[in-house]
Amino acid sequence: MLEINCPWCGPRDQIEFSCGGEAHIVRPLEPENLSDDDWADYLFYRKNPEGRHHEQWCHTAGCRKWFNAIRNTVTYQFETVYRIGEDLPEKTSR
Amino acid sequence: MKNKYSIFSLARNAVTYHENWREAWRSPEPRKGYDVIVIGGGGHGLATAYYLASEHGIRNVAVLEKNWIGGGNTGRNTTIVRSNYLWDESAHLYEKSLRLWEGLSQKLNYNVMFSQRGVMNLGHTLQDMRDIERRSNANYLNGIDSEVLRPEQIRQIVPIMNTSPHARYPVLGASFQRRGGVARHDAVAWGFARAADREGVDILQNCEVTGILRHNGAVTGVETNRGRIQAKKVGVVVAGHSSVIASMAGLRLPIESHPLQALVSEPLKPILHTVVMSNAVHGYISQSDKGELVIGAGVDSYTGYGQRGSFSVVEGNIGAIVELFPVFSRVRMLRQWGGIVDVCPDACPIIGKTPIRGLYFNCGWGTGGFKATPGSGWVFAHTIARGEPHSLNAAFTLERFSTGALIDEHGAAGVAH
Repeated sequence: MLEINCPWCGPRDQIEFSCGGEAHIVRPLEPENLSDDDWADYLFYRKNPEGRHHEQWCHTAGCRKWFNAIRNTVTYQFETVYRIGEDLPEKTSR
Repeated sequence: MKNKYSIFSLARNAVTYHENWREAWRSPEPRKGYDVIVIGGGGHGLATAYYLASEHGIRNVAVLEKNWIGGGNTGRNTTIVRSNYLWDESAHLYEKSLRLWEGLSQKLNYNVMFSQRGVMNLGHTLQDMRDIERRSNANYLNGIDSEVLRPEQIRQIVPIMNTSPHARYPVLGASFQRRGGVARHDAVAWGFARAADREGVDILQNCEVTGILRHNGAVTGVETNRGRIQAKKVGVVVAGHSSVIASMAGLRLPIESHPLQALVSEPLKPILHTVVMSNAVHGYISQSDKGELVIGAGVDSYTGYGQRGSFSVVEGNIGAIVELFPVFSRVRMLRQWGGIVDVCPDACPIIGKTPIRGLYFNCGWGTGGFKATPGSGWVFAHTIARGEPHSLNAAFTLERFSTGALIDEHGAAGVAH
């Protein structure tokens, strides 16, 4: 089982967390001006990279707060976690 | 047919102590170019190549596989075949596939061990039962066999199942498709490979695609670890790695890759002669001809390419199986593994053209691709050969995510995600 470092609660077991998918997808500011293709891109299209991935996670069975993480999708190892609203950290230790 | 498998070839080879069987397919060097390159040597890719050659006369075809054929999801699934999907589009597609399954061993001259032992989908809540009634009625209208069973009928078919009304999630009924069943997954890959090879298709193993060559908005070939190979058309059938290949061509897909797990037990004497699936408690189980219980779990919620999943998913899965079958509580598990499934937002595949001319994608089968193997290859071969989809896969375009014409099959897909 993975150990995930909640930025508020510290390291906890994976089963306490839910994965919320790709992070930093910004809701369109002018939805009424969006084309169907742009809507599709926002709603459905994802990067789905093999390797380093920015994700949002929620500490569902803990503090219930959302946070962002950089995780490797091949090794499943978490590189770093950071709070919502914080700047994207460059390679840092946990 | 040269080197046909039959009772006579078996007897002939028995006389020589089975030392003179010929290889089932060649291992040729890549040619400079092909009419069609199929990327991905799983069941779907090999079926595509086979139908390209046998149905459309396109024999200058190569199947490129980065590892060994059938080593990905084709060898990692729980081998369940059924066609009881809700919506017309998917019901027709999976039913076409089921009909191809029914004659496949004869057609390929290779025993894929397709066994129509029935597939049972359990309902544990009132809403489950309403959905089952609705789906069964939709199946009747599409000419697909389906029965709704009451708990007494389930007990007759599977006496070892815990159908007590006092169970934590009592079994209230089920849908049952008797024409559904299981097939031997490796044999499916090998059978299609052998049949395609005889039609002249080159199967290139250990040949990893590293780039998609394009010129003026059209595909011209692929870059591989065994050199550059030209092609007029390229069909991509790589399941979990669809987004990776798409990004080589500068495309994005509405797909996320998740680990999906399965496990098998030690071999037991025959005890379970049908396939039992439950969405609500989440597990599906059948017994292989070797006697192993083949058990499937859910997907991990995170994306992953590691071909393994989390233990918590296995734990929940086994909890569900033991709740349904208390008699299995002390069975030991032999192996556990993960496959990387390409999940679409509407749990339906994408089979068709891309913005790049000559580049076709067949992906997004998610958690239920094995049952579709022959049908998927059949419609994809048609799509590549004619440059237009067959009416069976016309609805399964990439454009449906822009038009909104999604085909929501989460209910019938059978695996929670």
